[in-house]
Amino acid sequence: MSHHDDDEDHSELSEMTLRVRALETVLLEKGLIDPAVLDLIVEAYETRIGPRNGAKVVARAWLDPDFKRALLEDATAAVSSLGHVGEIGDHLIAVENLPTLHNMVVCTLCSCYPTDLLGLPPVWYKSAPYRSRVVRNARGVLAEFGVNLPPEMEIRVWDSTAETRFLVLPMRPAGTEGFDVDALASLVTRDSMIGTGLPKLPEVGP
Amino acid sequence: MNGVHDMGGMDGFGRIEPERDEPVFHAPWEGRVMAMMRAMGCVGGWNLDMFRNARESQPPSFYLTASYYKSWEKTLETLLLERGLVMEEEIVASRSFSGSTVAGQPLRAEDVSKALKRQSYERSTSAAALFKVGDGVRTRNIHLPTHTRLPRYARGRRGTIERVHGCHVFPDSSAVGAGDDPQWLYTVVFDGSELWGTDDDPSLKVSVEAFEPYLEAL
Repeated sequence: MSHHDDDEDHSELSEMTLRVRALETVLLEKGLIDPAVLDLIVEAYETRIGPRNGAKVVARAWLDPDFKRALLEDATAAVSSLGHVGEIGDHLIAVENLPTLHNMVVCTLCSCYPTDLLGLPPVWYKSAPYRSRVVRNARGVLAEFGVNLPPEMEIRVWDSTAETRFLVLPMRPAGTEGFDVDALASLVTRDSMIGTGLPKLPEVGP
Repeated sequence: MNGVHDMGGMDGFGRIEPERDEPVFHAPWEGRVMAMMRAMGCVGGWNLDMFRNARESQPPSFYLTASYYKSWEKTLETLLLERGLVMEEEIVASRSFSGSTVAGQPLRAEDVSKALKRQSYERSTSAAALFKVGDGVRTRNIHLPTHTRLPRYARGRRGTIERVHGCHVFPDSSAVGAGDDPQWLYTVVFDGSELWGTDDDPSLKVSVEAFEPYLEAL
């Protein structure tokens, strides 16, 4: 379902706002929540926990073969060792794209996503069209994202049906020799770490 | 349960519509719902699997048409009402009629980072894993009326053990309040043709994360 409540008529938006406000008031009066803590949680996802964190990890893996090996061996430990991308919980698994293999991630049952590293998932990831189709027609889904892969390339879809979480390690784009971590990270898109996109190509000089 | 949430392989939902420069939340109330769920997850007395079970149990017409956070909001109400933590009349009146019945303290600011970090679901066990990497397995054809994590499209199918993840909390048990009941967890990979028939894309492979009770040796 692609619609959002704020696309609906004004009375429904007000209805949700009022209902949620009422629930928050009741929970506050019972001493079950602290609204200032809710502010901190919202702020964390709006400002700190997002795909830039994942992009730094991918860029580092492109530059440092030892880190890449460690990432593929135990992604939670490897990412935690970097120290600057926030707290990473257990069972993060990095899966590597190769010239013969393209990985994609879905949660057909709900919305499981490597939130620690990529932030909250986009609406399309949680939507019925993506969840229903990618496990059967991954190429058709990729085409809708503008990605066309050679027919002989194996496509592997990881359905996140347990508490393991998957990060796609995309292939480093050609023409990025000599790029530093920040320059490489700027090419890593959120979708390239889900597998519905590829990294951006470096801009060609004048 | 065989609910509408289990939608892998279904037809008719239309095109995927990515939103350019999508905001984290589309309205302030969405952020409040997400944050309340996180905060109440620490004191409400339910676990992740109970949350999933409650959401999957929503009427199919609601599940399919409500936005994600609208569905979450309804799930939060359900979990609170079921446990007697809040009464419907209180939400309608926008005030509490009585004190909390929960002994725990609300989530504190200094604990937010910890609360947002994913916890470990791995548990120790003395049982040996039944399967090893490379083993052929068949998923069981099981249709529980309660929460389970083996999608319908992957039931009764032949696959191969690709990874062994250790012993994890078993959602089928945890969701119904029957404890962690830890079980070995595996990545099981299937050929696309095993799932969808031989006319489909021969280059497709799909894996699920499968708990040992979902599997039998080939």
